[in-house]
Amino acid sequence: MKLNLNPSQIKQCRNHAEKIASNIQTMIDQHTTVSVERAILRLLGIDGVNSLDVPLVNVITDHILEEAELSLGVAHYISYAIHETKLTPQKIAERIANNTLSLKPYKENPKSPYIENLNPYIDTALKQINTQKQHRQDALTSMPKKTTPDLYVIVATGNIYEDIEQAISAAHKGADIIAVIRTTGQSLLDFVPYGATTEGFGGTMATQENFKLMRKALDEFGKKHHRYIKLVNYASGLCMPEIAAIGALERLDMMLNDSLYGIIFRDINMKRTFIDQYFSRVISAYADIIINTGEDNYLTTSDAFEHAHTVLASQFINEQFALKAKMKPSLMGLGHAFEIDPELENSFLYELAQAELSREIFPEAPLKYMPPTKHLSGDIFKGFIQNALFNIVAVTSHQSIHLLGMLTEAIHTPFMSDRALAIDNATYIAKAFKDFSNEITYNDNGIIKTRAHQVLNEAENLLVTINEEGLFKTLEKGRFAGISRTPIQGKGLKGVFTKHPNYTNPVLNQMLKALKKEENHEN
Amino acid sequence: MKIRPYGDTLHDGKIQLSFTLPIPCSLHGEETAKALVKKMGIHDVHVVHATPLNDNYSFYILYGTTHHEIDPSTVSVTDVDTDTLTKSDIEDYIEQHFNRPLIFIGASTGTDAHTVGIDAIMNMKGYAGHYGLERYKGIKAINLGSQIDNETLLEEAVKHQADVILISQTVTQKDVHIQNLTAFIELLEAENKRDDFIVIIGGPRITHSLAKELGYDAGFGPKKYAFDVASFAVQALNIKLNKEV
Repeated sequence: MKLNLNPSQIKQCRNHAEKIASNIQTMIDQHTTVSVERAILRLLGIDGVNSLDVPLVNVITDHILEEAELSLGVAHYISYAIHETKLTPQKIAERIANNTLSLKPYKENPKSPYIENLNPYIDTALKQINTQKQHRQDALTSMPKKTTPDLYVIVATGNIYEDIEQAISAAHKGADIIAVIRTTGQSLLDFVPYGATTEGFGGTMATQENFKLMRKALDEFGKKHHRYIKLVNYASGLCMPEIAAIGALERLDMMLNDSLYGIIFRDINMKRTFIDQYFSRVISAYADIIINTGEDNYLTTSDAFEHAHTVLASQFINEQFALKAKMKPSLMGLGHAFEIDPELENSFLYELAQAELSREIFPEAPLKYMPPTKHLSGDIFKGFIQNALFNIVAVTSHQSIHLLGMLTEAIHTPFMSDRALAIDNATYIAKAFKDFSNEITYNDNGIIKTRAHQVLNEAENLLVTINEEGLFKTLEKGRFAGISRTPIQGKGLKGVFTKHPNYTNPVLNQMLKALKKEENHEN
Repeated sequence: MKIRPYGDTLHDGKIQLSFTLPIPCSLHGEETAKALVKKMGIHDVHVVHATPLNDNYSFYILYGTTHHEIDPSTVSVTDVDTDTLTKSDIEDYIEQHFNRPLIFIGASTGTDAHTVGIDAIMNMKGYAGHYGLERYKGIKAINLGSQIDNETLLEEAVKHQADVILISQTVTQKDVHIQNLTAFIELLEAENKRDDFIVIIGGPRITHSLAKELGYDAGFGPKKYAFDVASFAVQALNIKLNKEV
């Protein structure tokens, strides 16, 4: 504990954040969304598309929206349909798709007494997720544990087969984590595309088949080299819970997952995405998938020095949202970034202060540390040094998920060589600075401690304000990243429904039951 | 006068290159890299570094000497030809030439998720010490953010009675930014609204000549700030609205 932070002040911050999250949770518990319902359908084993390439899960929710009442939840309809037709959910979906079955008659039925009919299908999904969890755990425990940050690189060719080539190449060089960036705009699609894909802009479609292909390639590499390469994708945008479900089934290891990011930077409706986030976090908690939050992005818009406290305040809030979803701290990859203007005197010290601050306040969280991007100008030689300073802070302050900076940031999606140079840079620094942090302390009245205390004070004040005005108002006032959003605007609001009194989500209930049991066991 | 790149002696023609080849790293790989560079008109090639990226790809850093020469006076540049004014000059200019605030609306359009460029020009803070348009007296700046489609941008521009439309394209792939920028001009023309606005594009891969080619009034590349954009816009507006030359 190098910064001598005041534990009761940190506790106060957590209390404020808890109240902020609780207020939103009340709203969340009263609502469901089209994507929550589609995620349930996926976990009932429904897969595939109709003749127009519309996913069957969308066919069903669209059918219920047009013919019946989605606020009852898909479980109501499918449980009745199974009871009457004795068909599997997949067969029921196919029949709805070819218009030989309608769910309309169940609209007027009383609360379904047949919800238990869904259990065998839910059990199949949970069993698959459990097998994947076990596989990951076995792999990780059998391998030597790294003491320096995990190196995280991005592939983004648009073609999953090309991505695999790039990913394997990066793994050879020493990358521990591979993120497949999604094609731009996928976050705004209200469906998950289907099958293996070879075209995308600035990234590759997140599809179940693409997840499967990359997972297989990384597993084969890992087996050969006695390593476990973690795979990342995006449970974000309008299909948050569906992608979380697919990721759980296909053993992704991390998911970018942050409503605040979607609200601010993608103009997704806040109600929609908070509701979606909750279910997606429960799924990820159940599947032992680490989430990555997006606080770093605030600093690409706002000034990193002046608005450092907004990052910390948001981390406190994100932590509470994760706790509400029964996530363990070891799954909370809270985000932050190295984005202070390099022209600022002592910028390195301020970056170190911020990174140490996050580390001390969230000791168990696998913090996600993002590289400089805003002040990378095209001068690749200077960029390489900026990334080196970033790497020094990452190692010294014991960050967990170390997203490597590219010297060609803002020029193009990384070349294979850009990624290799970044890994060489980080590997050299991780070796050179390995035990550096054990050798240093910070001056009591020095720049680093003073700055850390100042940022914590400002974050506390901001949390007090947010708690007073409510998170929705905060977002309206544009306190994060200077961008204003309201609860009645944004994409996806049409897909939000107040739950009917007879609504139930049996997948959520089963996952929560297991997570609570685990929690009690650990206590 | 003809010139060559400068290493440490005038006219020595020294050049550095680095690239990846899709073959294993070996002596054969190094010779292949050298042979390729010789084809570019570079002689005396040295591979100073060669390393495998994986079993099938190798990375090289090379130095060489180019025998090509160029006479700079034969090279022409298309650039914005209005005067560059300071922030306070621009504010004065607006006060003198217009009896109302000028409305600038901007967005990062299409699938581009990056707001860095549009924020640098429009937001209060600006970039690299140069304030953004929001801070200018006499300018009302409306930043719509990222992933705005062309139709929405035009709709908002009409709604706000904008004088100037700013479009940012930061990171793009496979030239999707060109298609998107072309589509916006086509939309303006189809709606018969091209002459209603000064339309300006910006981004790391945008040049003024590209902008003109695509039918825009101006284009701004790297190292251009709010005052560059505003200087052009206010003068162009003055010519357009007040018919002053």
